[in-house]
Amino acid sequence: MQAHERLSNAIRNASDAGRPALVPFITAGYPEPADFIATLQDIASVGDVVELGIPFSDPMADGMTIQRSSFAALQKGVSLKWIFDQLDTARGHIDAPLVMMSYLNPLLAFGYDALAERALAAGVCGFIVPDLPFEESADIRAALEARGLGLIQLVTPATPDARLQVLCSASRGFVYAVTITGITGGGAGLPTDLTGYLDKVASFSELPVCAGFGIRSAGDVAAVGKHAAGAIVGSALVEVLEHGEDPRSFLEALRHAPGE
Amino acid sequence: MSTVVGADEAGRLLDALIKGDMPDDKGRFGPFGGRYVPETLVPAFERLDAGVRAHLHDAEFQRDFQKELREWVGRPTALSFAPRLSEAWGAEVWIKREDLAHTGAHKINNAIGQALLAKRLGSQRVIAETGAGQHGVASAAACARVGLPCTVYMGAVDMERQAPNVDRIRRLGAEVVAVESGDKTLRAAIDEALRAWVTDPDNTYYLLGSAVGAHPYPYLVRELQVVIGQEARQQMLDQAGGLPDAAFACVGGGSNAIGLFYPLLGDDIELIGVEAGGIGDGLGENAATLATGTPGVLQGSYTIILQDDDGQVQETQSISAGLDYSGVGPEHALLQAIGRVKYISARDDEALEALQELCATEGILTALETSHAYAAAREYAQQHPGCRILIGNSGRGDKDMPTLIQHPARIRRHASS
Repeated sequence: MQAHERLSNAIRNASDAGRPALVPFITAGYPEPADFIATLQDIASVGDVVELGIPFSDPMADGMTIQRSSFAALQKGVSLKWIFDQLDTARGHIDAPLVMMSYLNPLLAFGYDALAERALAAGVCGFIVPDLPFEESADIRAALEARGLGLIQLVTPATPDARLQVLCSASRGFVYAVTITGITGGGAGLPTDLTGYLDKVASFSELPVCAGFGIRSAGDVAAVGKHAAGAIVGSALVEVLEHGEDPRSFLEALRHAPGE
Repeated sequence: MSTVVGADEAGRLLDALIKGDMPDDKGRFGPFGGRYVPETLVPAFERLDAGVRAHLHDAEFQRDFQKELREWVGRPTALSFAPRLSEAWGAEVWIKREDLAHTGAHKINNAIGQALLAKRLGSQRVIAETGAGQHGVASAAACARVGLPCTVYMGAVDMERQAPNVDRIRRLGAEVVAVESGDKTLRAAIDEALRAWVTDPDNTYYLLGSAVGAHPYPYLVRELQVVIGQEARQQMLDQAGGLPDAAFACVGGGSNAIGLFYPLLGDDIELIGVEAGGIGDGLGENAATLATGTPGVLQGSYTIILQDDDGQVQETQSISAGLDYSGVGPEHALLQAIGRVKYISARDDEALEALQELCATEGILTALETSHAYAAAREYAQQHPGCRILIGNSGRGDKDMPTLIQHPARIRRHASS
């Protein structure tokens, strides 16, 4: 089995169990680098797939919460090399497949071939690169796919149908459907016309579709879960970590729709 | 570090640049440039790209643009011979006076051009970033001129050190948003403007202020700034009787430099871009991107940037807010790689000294950014006695008075006074 298929399978397993897959996001090494692996293990014990954010100096697609966590991690010395070293120590002891979210420049600096090799060895199954449109992605895609790793494509409500088709076909692991026209951590709530959009993405995609941006509550997860295979929860979880609260109980509560 | 390109390849790339074949369809200047933007912005960039192709060289747009340049910006700007500076340097010094353009810098050429384009594309509002505040002022003025609401993103640190410009922007009817994230200077302001655009890509026009960022901005900004070099070239022929041996411009993002240099690329003129050397050579002590940086992707473009081994973009230091940027336009990265333009740096103290010398000899208070070009030109003149020099005087220095007051001038007295 190729690494990116582990992502698809983990999400489909949740669907088979009759529930939306939960994909929690954390910024690696936040709030304390020393607690990174323990926090990751906690989150992976609840999440079906874990999205690991690589801190970057210029997170242009992120709102204040993830920006703050990113700058804090950088100040404490977190780097991609350090993250791989940490993951190596925990290989086989993380219960969910991992996908890395990184802006392009840290990956470019690491070198694409070295990146793919280290990622595969560390148990990473794929990458989400928010400032890399499909048109610029040939080099990194080739390096990742040579080792069975996936480059996950993002689609948005602004994506025209013809482009949606291209992006869904190019994606590996799952398709990341951005729910809103905006940045992460928006406080405005989910848009009301989400249903039609998510159904459309699902109809274009052979891979499972996970929805992300602005998903904060059990109600949001349940609502999104009716039209997408999974729900990605980022800023709300990072806020839990920021406040020193227990991420595990927060994630467990997300599994239970209000009224259940 | 510069990318090394073989001589044959360099010649081919230079020919393509001069012929107007670059950037290519993907926004590439050789290996540099491109479009690295979030998926949400891809349709907005495609619309902008199509708009640029449809309108920029359209006769009607050009007629409106040239009319605004003439009647509102005050073009052509003068070319001044500098007799006393020439005498002091042992050279023949000519100055292209962008400080005389409306709002006091070359920034207005780009701002009014893009504001006209925004109007033509039916945008409802304009957003812009600013560092020193000059692009913010130019954008606010241009938006007032064409009747579009304007919001300017400005780092909180820059708002403090450029307070008079903040008030100017507001008086011109624009809203100023303080950016508290990142390094709270120009780079953070661009990030924040991009975030604002991501939130409303359909109705918003992003009026980017330098020849940086994702395609088509480096091309669009160059095309709106080449008027500087076109005028200067003709004025040199008319007034000096020939072209200069060397031309100098300061380089932050590089819009005034590309505007001056682009029409001179095919001539036998040494072209020298001058970056901010800050307080020293160490990483974080300057903004000498081309002199000390490495290739990477920043804010939409593959170019030369200041970064550490992990690809984290580094903060910069310069006495001039307008040069205080960790990246540079991709076309400059190519011009360095093919060896057509030489990029050097001048330190804060050298820029201050050059500013004072120009004030005392020619009665021109130039911007701190521009002063870096004078510092480098002076050194060149010492090594090339009798040479003819053209300096792009990108802006006026009135905005820098709060900084200059902290660095009292060592006034040279005349024997006669």
